[in-house]
Amino acid sequence: MMTPEQNFMRKIEAEEKIEPKDWMPEAYRQNLIRQISQHAHSEVIGMQPEGNWITRAPSLRRKAVLLSKVQDEGGHGLYLYSATETLGVKRADLIAAMQSGEAKYASIFNYPTQTWADIGAIGWLVDGAAIVNQISLQRTSYGPYSRAMIRICKEESFHQRQGYELMIALAHGSPAQKAMAQDALNRFYWPALMMFGPHDAESAHSAKSMTWKIKRETNDDLRQKFIDQTVPQIEFLGLVHPDQDLKWNAERGHYDSGEIDWKEFYNVINGNGHCNRQRVEHHIRAHEEGAWVRDAMTAYNAKQRAKTTEQRQAA
Amino acid sequence: MATDNLELYEVFVRARRGLDHKHVGSLHAQDAEQALEYARDVYTRRSEGVSIWVVRSRDICASQEDDSESFYDPSDDKPYRHATYYQLPEAVNNM
Repeated sequence: MMTPEQNFMRKIEAEEKIEPKDWMPEAYRQNLIRQISQHAHSEVIGMQPEGNWITRAPSLRRKAVLLSKVQDEGGHGLYLYSATETLGVKRADLIAAMQSGEAKYASIFNYPTQTWADIGAIGWLVDGAAIVNQISLQRTSYGPYSRAMIRICKEESFHQRQGYELMIALAHGSPAQKAMAQDALNRFYWPALMMFGPHDAESAHSAKSMTWKIKRETNDDLRQKFIDQTVPQIEFLGLVHPDQDLKWNAERGHYDSGEIDWKEFYNVINGNGHCNRQRVEHHIRAHEEGAWVRDAMTAYNAKQRAKTTEQRQAA
Repeated sequence: MATDNLELYEVFVRARRGLDHKHVGSLHAQDAEQALEYARDVYTRRSEGVSIWVVRSRDICASQEDDSESFYDPSDDKPYRHATYYQLPEAVNNM
Protein backbone atom coordinates (compact mmCIF):
# COMPACT_ATOMS: atom_id res chain seq x y z
CA MET A 1 0.00 0.00 0.00
CA MET A 2 1.24 3.47 -0.86
CA THR A 3 1.02 6.25 1.69
CA PRO A 4 -0.92 9.36 0.57
CA GLU A 5 2.40 11.19 0.27
CA GLN A 6 3.88 8.48 -1.96
CA ASN A 7 0.76 8.43 -4.09
CA PHE A 8 0.96 12.22 -4.43
CA MET A 9 4.59 12.03 -5.56
CA ARG A 10 3.74 9.19 -7.93
CA LYS A 11 1.19 11.44 -9.67
CA ILE A 12 3.67 14.34 -9.82
CA GLU A 13 6.35 12.13 -11.33
CA ALA A 14 3.92 10.60 -13.82
CA GLU A 15 2.94 14.14 -14.99
CA GLU A 16 -0.60 13.63 -13.70
CA LYS A 17 -2.35 16.75 -12.45
CA ILE A 18 -3.30 17.17 -8.80
CA GLU A 19 -7.00 18.04 -8.48
CA PRO A 20 -8.70 19.93 -5.61
CA LYS A 21 -10.06 16.91 -3.75
CA ASP A 22 -6.83 14.90 -3.92
CA TRP A 23 -4.65 14.53 -0.87
CA MET A 24 -1.73 16.96 -1.00
CA PRO A 25 1.02 17.95 1.44
CA GLU A 26 0.10 21.03 3.47
CA ALA A 27 3.24 22.81 2.26
CA TYR A 28 2.21 22.17 -1.39
CA ARG A 29 -1.19 23.69 -0.66
CA GLN A 30 0.32 26.72 1.08
CA ASN A 31 2.87 27.20 -1.67
CA LEU A 32 0.11 27.19 -4.29
CA ILE A 33 -2.09 29.57 -2.31
CA ARG A 34 0.83 32.00 -2.07
CA GLN A 35 1.78 31.77 -5.73
CA ILE A 36 -1.68 31.75 -7.34
CA SER A 37 -3.10 34.50 -5.13
CA GLN A 38 -0.03 36.64 -5.78
CA HIS A 39 -0.62 36.07 -9.47
CA ALA A 40 -4.29 37.09 -9.06
CA HIS A 41 -3.36 40.25 -7.14
CA SER A 42 -0.92 41.15 -9.92
CA GLU A 43 -3.64 40.93 -12.57
CA VAL A 44 -5.93 43.19 -10.57
CA ILE A 45 -3.31 45.75 -9.45
CA GLY A 46 -1.98 45.70 -13.03
CA MET A 47 -5.20 47.38 -14.14
CA GLN A 48 -4.13 50.62 -12.44
CA PRO A 49 -1.03 51.75 -14.39
CA GLU A 50 -2.83 51.12 -17.69
CA GLY A 51 -6.18 52.41 -16.50
CA ASN A 52 -4.33 55.67 -15.92
CA TRP A 53 -4.25 56.26 -19.69
CA ILE A 54 -7.72 55.16 -20.82
CA THR A 55 -9.13 58.68 -20.81
CA ARG A 56 -6.06 60.06 -22.58
CA ALA A 57 -5.59 57.47 -25.33
CA PRO A 58 -4.74 59.32 -28.55
CA SER A 59 -7.53 57.79 -30.66
CA LEU A 60 -10.85 55.99 -30.23
CA ARG A 61 -9.26 52.81 -31.60
CA ARG A 62 -6.40 52.90 -29.09
CA LYS A 63 -8.87 53.67 -26.32
CA ALA A 64 -11.11 50.70 -27.19
CA VAL A 65 -8.08 48.40 -27.35
CA LEU A 66 -6.73 49.58 -24.00
CA LEU A 67 -10.14 49.30 -22.37
CA SER A 68 -10.42 45.75 -23.67
CA LYS A 69 -7.02 44.84 -22.34
CA VAL A 70 -7.75 46.23 -18.88
CA GLN A 71 -11.06 44.31 -18.87
CA ASP A 72 -9.11 41.13 -19.67
CA GLU A 73 -6.78 41.70 -16.71
CA GLY A 74 -9.80 41.93 -14.39
CA GLY A 75 -11.12 38.69 -15.84
CA HIS A 76 -7.75 36.99 -15.41
CA GLY A 77 -7.73 38.06 -11.78
CA LEU A 78 -11.09 36.35 -11.38
CA TYR A 79 -9.91 33.08 -12.99
CA LEU A 80 -6.94 33.04 -10.63
CA TYR A 81 -8.87 33.91 -7.47
CA SER A 82 -11.28 31.08 -8.33
CA ALA A 83 -8.37 28.67 -8.80
CA THR A 84 -6.99 29.73 -5.40
CA GLU A 85 -10.38 29.18 -3.76
CA THR A 86 -10.32 25.51 -4.82
CA LEU A 87 -7.56 25.16 -2.19
CA GLY A 88 -9.99 25.97 0.60
CA VAL A 89 -9.31 29.66 1.22
CA LYS A 90 -11.74 32.56 1.19
CA ARG A 91 -11.31 35.29 -1.40
CA ALA A 92 -12.01 37.98 1.20
CA ASP A 93 -9.02 36.76 3.24
CA LEU A 94 -6.76 36.80 0.18
CA ILE A 95 -7.75 40.35 -0.65
CA ALA A 96 -7.28 41.45 2.97
CA ALA A 97 -3.76 39.97 2.93
CA MET A 98 -2.93 41.94 -0.20
CA GLN A 99 -4.32 45.17 1.22
CA SER A 100 -2.33 44.76 4.44
CA GLY A 101 0.87 44.16 2.48
CA GLU A 102 1.24 40.62 3.82
CA ALA A 103 0.71 39.21 0.31
CA LYS A 104 2.67 40.60 -2.63
CA TYR A 105 1.88 41.34 -6.25
CA ALA A 106 4.28 41.75 -9.17
CA SER A 107 6.65 44.61 -8.41
CA ILE A 108 6.47 45.95 -11.95
CA PHE A 109 3.10 47.57 -11.24
CA ASN A 110 4.70 49.87 -8.69
CA TYR A 111 6.32 51.79 -11.53
CA PRO A 112 4.41 54.81 -12.84
CA THR A 113 3.09 55.14 -16.40
CA GLN A 114 4.44 58.56 -17.28
CA THR A 115 3.83 58.76 -21.03
CA TRP A 116 1.62 57.15 -23.67
CA ALA A 117 4.64 55.12 -24.84
CA ASP A 118 4.62 53.37 -21.47
CA ILE A 119 1.35 51.72 -22.51
CA GLY A 120 3.13 50.26 -25.52
CA ALA A 121 6.12 49.19 -23.44
CA ILE A 122 3.90 47.49 -20.88
CA GLY A 123 1.98 45.47 -23.46
CA TRP A 124 5.14 44.50 -25.30
CA LEU A 125 7.58 43.91 -22.41
CA VAL A 126 5.52 43.35 -19.27
CA ASP A 127 2.87 41.19 -20.89
CA GLY A 128 5.62 39.62 -23.01
CA ALA A 129 7.52 38.59 -19.88
CA ALA A 130 4.30 37.42 -18.24
CA ILE A 131 3.51 35.26 -21.28
CA VAL A 132 6.92 33.55 -21.16
CA ASN A 133 6.22 32.67 -17.53
CA GLN A 134 2.60 31.68 -18.12
CA ILE A 135 3.31 29.43 -21.09
CA SER A 136 5.59 27.48 -18.80
CA LEU A 137 2.92 27.42 -16.07
CA GLN A 138 0.39 25.81 -18.38
CA ARG A 139 2.21 22.62 -17.42
CA THR A 140 2.05 23.28 -13.65
CA SER A 141 1.05 20.25 -11.56
CA TYR A 142 -2.11 21.74 -10.03
CA GLY A 143 -5.10 21.17 -12.35
CA PRO A 144 -7.13 24.35 -11.72
CA TYR A 145 -4.01 26.57 -11.99
CA SER A 146 -2.96 24.86 -15.21
CA ARG A 147 -6.42 25.30 -16.74
CA ALA A 148 -6.53 28.97 -15.73
CA MET A 149 -3.12 29.49 -17.38
CA ILE A 150 -4.25 27.86 -20.61
CA ARG A 151 -7.30 30.13 -20.73
CA ILE A 152 -5.23 33.22 -19.89
CA CYS A 153 -2.50 32.50 -22.46
CA LYS A 154 -5.14 32.15 -25.16
CA GLU A 155 -6.47 35.62 -24.37
CA GLU A 156 -3.16 37.26 -23.64
CA SER A 157 -1.35 37.18 -26.99
CA PHE A 158 -3.38 40.17 -28.17
CA HIS A 159 -1.98 42.15 -25.23
CA GLN A 160 1.59 41.84 -26.36
CA ARG A 161 0.82 42.42 -30.03
CA GLN A 162 -1.17 45.60 -29.42
CA GLY A 163 1.69 46.92 -27.29
CA TYR A 164 4.29 46.20 -29.93
CA GLU A 165 2.10 47.65 -32.67
CA LEU A 166 1.86 50.83 -30.60
CA MET A 167 5.67 50.88 -30.21
CA ILE A 168 6.12 50.54 -33.98
CA ALA A 169 3.87 53.54 -34.55
CA LEU A 170 5.92 55.65 -32.14
CA ALA A 171 9.38 54.34 -33.04
CA HIS A 172 8.72 54.94 -36.73
CA GLY A 173 7.01 58.27 -36.08
CA SER A 174 8.35 61.77 -35.44
CA PRO A 175 11.68 62.27 -33.61
CA ALA A 176 9.75 63.25 -30.48
CA GLN A 177 7.64 60.07 -30.67
CA LYS A 178 10.73 57.96 -31.20
CA ALA A 179 12.40 59.55 -28.18
CA MET A 180 9.30 58.79 -26.13
CA ALA A 181 9.44 55.14 -27.23
CA GLN A 182 13.15 54.92 -26.33
CA ASP A 183 12.52 56.45 -22.92
CA ALA A 184 9.71 53.97 -22.17
CA LEU A 185 11.93 51.06 -23.27
CA ASN A 186 14.75 52.33 -21.04
CA ARG A 187 12.49 52.56 -18.01
CA PHE A 188 10.59 49.27 -18.45
CA TYR A 189 13.28 46.91 -19.77
CA TRP A 190 15.05 46.21 -16.48
CA PRO A 191 11.93 45.98 -14.32
CA ALA A 192 10.54 43.51 -16.91
CA LEU A 193 13.64 41.32 -16.40
CA MET A 194 13.07 41.52 -12.64
CA MET A 195 9.58 40.04 -13.11
CA PHE A 196 11.17 36.59 -13.35
CA GLY A 197 12.33 36.90 -9.75
CA PRO A 198 15.73 36.56 -8.10
CA HIS A 199 18.51 34.36 -9.50
CA ASP A 200 17.87 30.65 -8.95
CA ALA A 201 20.46 30.47 -6.18
CA GLU A 202 18.70 33.27 -4.25
CA SER A 203 15.11 32.25 -4.87
CA ALA A 204 13.34 31.38 -1.63
CA HIS A 205 10.64 29.11 -3.07
CA SER A 206 12.19 27.75 -6.24
CA ALA A 207 13.69 24.38 -5.27
CA LYS A 208 10.56 22.94 -3.65
CA SER A 209 8.34 24.41 -6.37
CA MET A 210 10.43 22.65 -9.01
CA THR A 211 10.30 19.30 -7.20
CA TRP A 212 6.53 19.58 -6.94
CA LYS A 213 6.34 20.82 -10.52
CA ILE A 214 4.43 23.93 -9.50
CA LYS A 215 7.13 25.74 -11.45
CA ARG A 216 8.44 23.97 -14.56
CA GLU A 217 11.40 26.15 -15.48
CA THR A 218 13.72 28.19 -13.29
CA ASN A 219 13.65 31.99 -13.01
CA ASP A 220 16.95 32.34 -14.84
CA ASP A 221 15.97 30.01 -17.71
CA LEU A 222 12.72 31.88 -18.29
CA ARG A 223 14.50 35.24 -18.08
CA GLN A 224 17.05 34.08 -20.66
CA LYS A 225 14.24 33.12 -23.03
CA PHE A 226 12.77 36.60 -22.69
CA ILE A 227 16.13 38.34 -23.17
CA ASP A 228 16.80 36.33 -26.33
CA GLN A 229 13.39 36.89 -27.89
CA THR A 230 13.41 40.64 -27.15
CA VAL A 231 16.70 41.48 -28.94
CA PRO A 232 15.37 41.27 -32.54
CA GLN A 233 12.20 43.09 -31.46
CA ILE A 234 14.26 46.05 -30.21
CA GLU A 235 16.36 45.96 -33.39
CA PHE A 236 13.27 46.05 -35.58
CA LEU A 237 12.03 49.16 -33.80
CA GLY A 238 15.39 50.81 -34.45
CA LEU A 239 15.80 51.62 -30.77
CA VAL A 240 18.95 51.37 -28.67
CA HIS A 241 19.14 48.32 -26.43
CA PRO A 242 19.15 49.46 -22.79
CA ASP A 243 21.68 46.78 -21.79
CA GLN A 244 25.17 47.99 -22.77
CA ASP A 245 26.72 44.66 -21.82
CA LEU A 246 24.46 42.57 -24.04
CA LYS A 247 26.53 40.25 -26.22
CA TRP A 248 25.78 37.14 -28.29
CA ASN A 249 27.47 34.08 -26.85
CA ALA A 250 27.85 31.58 -29.68
CA GLU A 251 29.01 28.85 -27.33
CA ARG A 252 25.90 29.03 -25.16
CA GLY A 253 23.60 29.92 -28.04
CA HIS A 254 22.21 32.74 -25.91
CA TYR A 255 22.79 36.40 -25.21
CA ASP A 256 24.97 37.27 -22.23
CA SER A 257 23.58 40.26 -20.39
CA GLY A 258 24.45 42.86 -17.80
CA GLU A 259 23.58 42.43 -14.12
CA ILE A 260 20.21 43.49 -12.84
CA ASP A 261 20.12 46.13 -10.09
CA TRP A 262 18.90 43.82 -7.33
CA LYS A 263 18.96 46.58 -4.75
CA GLU A 264 16.23 48.31 -6.73
CA PHE A 265 14.30 45.03 -6.99
CA TYR A 266 14.25 44.44 -3.23
CA ASN A 267 13.63 48.10 -2.55
CA VAL A 268 10.45 48.07 -4.66
CA ILE A 269 9.29 44.69 -3.30
CA ASN A 270 9.68 46.00 0.21
CA GLY A 271 7.32 48.87 -0.40
CA ASN A 272 9.58 51.70 -1.53
CA GLY A 273 8.78 51.85 -5.23
CA HIS A 274 7.28 54.99 -6.76
CA CYS A 275 3.68 53.81 -6.55
CA ASN A 276 3.44 51.07 -3.87
CA ARG A 277 1.33 53.14 -1.50
CA GLN A 278 -0.79 54.65 -4.24
CA ARG A 279 -1.62 51.21 -5.72
CA VAL A 280 -2.76 49.69 -2.44
CA GLU A 281 -4.59 52.82 -1.31
CA HIS A 282 -6.48 52.92 -4.60
CA HIS A 283 -7.40 49.25 -4.26
CA ILE A 284 -8.69 49.76 -0.73
CA ARG A 285 -10.66 52.84 -1.77
CA ALA A 286 -12.29 51.05 -4.73
CA HIS A 287 -13.05 48.08 -2.48
CA GLU A 288 -14.65 50.25 0.19
CA GLU A 289 -16.59 52.36 -2.29
CA GLY A 290 -18.04 49.14 -3.71
CA ALA A 291 -19.16 47.89 -0.31
CA TRP A 292 -22.72 49.15 -0.82
CA VAL A 293 -23.11 46.88 -3.87
CA ARG A 294 -22.09 43.82 -1.88
CA ASP A 295 -24.36 44.89 0.99
CA ALA A 296 -27.27 45.39 -1.40
CA MET A 297 -26.76 41.90 -2.84
CA THR A 298 -26.74 40.35 0.63
CA ALA A 299 -29.90 42.24 1.58
CA TYR A 300 -31.62 41.18 -1.66
CA ASN A 301 -30.67 37.53 -1.11
CA ALA A 302 -32.01 37.62 2.45
CA LYS A 303 -35.27 39.12 1.20
CA GLN A 304 -35.64 36.49 -1.54
CA ARG A 305 -34.98 33.69 0.93
CA ALA A 306 -37.57 35.06 3.35
CA LYS A 307 -40.09 35.26 0.49
CA THR A 308 -39.50 31.63 -0.54
CA THR A 309 -39.88 30.42 3.04
CA GLU A 310 -43.13 32.39 3.35
CA GLN A 311 -44.50 30.90 0.14
CA ARG A 312 -43.57 27.41 1.25
CA GLN A 313 -45.30 27.87 4.58
CA ALA A 314 -48.40 29.24 2.86
CA ALA A 315 -48.58 26.28 0.45
CA MET B 1 -40.23 1.97 -13.45
CA ALA B 2 -41.81 5.34 -12.94
CA THR B 3 -39.30 8.13 -13.26
CA ASP B 4 -41.87 10.80 -12.38
CA ASN B 5 -40.85 10.89 -8.76
CA LEU B 6 -37.17 10.90 -9.49
CA GLU B 7 -34.97 13.92 -9.94
CA LEU B 8 -33.23 14.64 -13.22
CA TYR B 9 -29.46 14.98 -12.89
CA GLU B 10 -26.90 16.30 -15.38
CA VAL B 11 -23.69 14.31 -15.56
CA PHE B 12 -20.18 15.73 -16.09
CA VAL B 13 -17.13 13.52 -16.56
CA ARG B 14 -13.44 14.38 -16.35
CA ALA B 15 -11.73 12.19 -18.93
CA ARG B 16 -8.23 12.68 -17.60
CA ARG B 17 -6.60 14.49 -14.71
CA GLY B 18 -5.90 18.05 -15.74
CA LEU B 19 -8.91 18.36 -18.05
CA ASP B 20 -12.20 20.15 -17.34
CA HIS B 21 -15.27 18.10 -16.49
CA LYS B 22 -17.36 17.81 -19.63
CA HIS B 23 -21.11 17.39 -19.91
CA VAL B 24 -21.96 13.88 -21.11
CA GLY B 25 -25.72 13.54 -20.54
CA SER B 26 -28.34 13.15 -17.86
CA LEU B 27 -30.20 10.53 -15.84
CA HIS B 28 -32.95 10.11 -13.25
CA ALA B 29 -32.08 9.25 -9.66
CA GLN B 30 -33.48 9.38 -6.16
CA ASP B 31 -30.65 11.46 -4.78
CA ALA B 32 -27.15 12.65 -5.57
CA GLU B 33 -25.46 9.54 -4.24
CA GLN B 34 -27.58 7.29 -6.41
CA ALA B 35 -27.04 9.61 -9.37
CA LEU B 36 -23.29 9.18 -8.97
CA GLU B 37 -23.62 5.40 -8.95
CA TYR B 38 -25.89 5.40 -11.99
CA ALA B 39 -23.57 7.79 -13.79
CA ARG B 40 -20.68 5.44 -13.15
CA ASP B 41 -22.70 2.53 -14.55
CA VAL B 42 -24.08 4.40 -17.54
CA TYR B 43 -21.40 6.83 -18.61
CA THR B 44 -18.07 5.32 -17.58
CA ARG B 45 -18.38 1.65 -18.49
CA ARG B 46 -15.26 1.88 -20.66
CA SER B 47 -13.06 3.93 -18.36
CA GLU B 48 -14.23 7.17 -19.90
CA GLY B 49 -13.28 9.14 -16.86
CA VAL B 50 -11.46 9.63 -13.59
CA SER B 51 -14.02 11.87 -11.90
CA ILE B 52 -17.77 12.42 -12.14
CA TRP B 53 -19.90 15.41 -11.14
CA VAL B 54 -23.68 15.20 -10.91
CA VAL B 55 -25.83 18.31 -10.62
CA ARG B 56 -29.61 18.53 -10.28
CA SER B 57 -30.88 19.78 -13.64
CA ARG B 58 -33.21 22.26 -11.98
CA ASP B 59 -30.24 23.80 -10.18
CA ILE B 60 -28.67 24.76 -13.49
CA CYS B 61 -29.38 28.32 -14.50
CA ALA B 62 -28.92 28.60 -18.25
CA SER B 63 -28.94 31.48 -20.70
CA GLN B 64 -31.77 31.38 -23.22
CA GLU B 65 -31.61 31.32 -27.00
CA ASP B 66 -33.69 34.52 -26.98
CA ASP B 67 -30.96 36.26 -24.99
CA SER B 68 -28.29 35.55 -27.63
CA GLU B 69 -28.50 38.94 -29.21
CA SER B 70 -28.05 41.01 -26.08
CA PHE B 71 -25.53 38.53 -24.67
CA TYR B 72 -23.14 38.10 -27.56
CA ASP B 73 -23.71 40.79 -30.18
CA PRO B 74 -21.53 43.33 -28.36
CA SER B 75 -18.45 41.13 -29.01
CA ASP B 76 -19.03 41.07 -32.77
CA ASP B 77 -17.76 44.59 -33.35
CA LYS B 78 -14.64 44.14 -31.21
CA PRO B 79 -12.23 42.30 -33.49
CA TYR B 80 -9.36 44.01 -31.65
CA ARG B 81 -9.80 41.49 -28.83
CA HIS B 82 -8.16 38.91 -31.10
CA ALA B 83 -4.41 38.57 -31.58
CA THR B 84 -4.84 38.19 -35.34
CA TYR B 85 -6.22 41.73 -35.59
CA TYR B 86 -2.71 43.14 -35.13
CA GLN B 87 -0.68 42.94 -38.35
CA LEU B 88 3.00 42.78 -37.50
CA PRO B 89 5.88 42.61 -39.98
CA GLU B 90 7.21 39.12 -40.68
CA ALA B 91 10.47 39.71 -38.76
CA VAL B 92 8.65 40.08 -35.43
CA ASN B 93 5.44 38.22 -36.12
CA ASN B 94 6.27 35.30 -33.81
CA MET B 95 4.87 36.97 -30.68
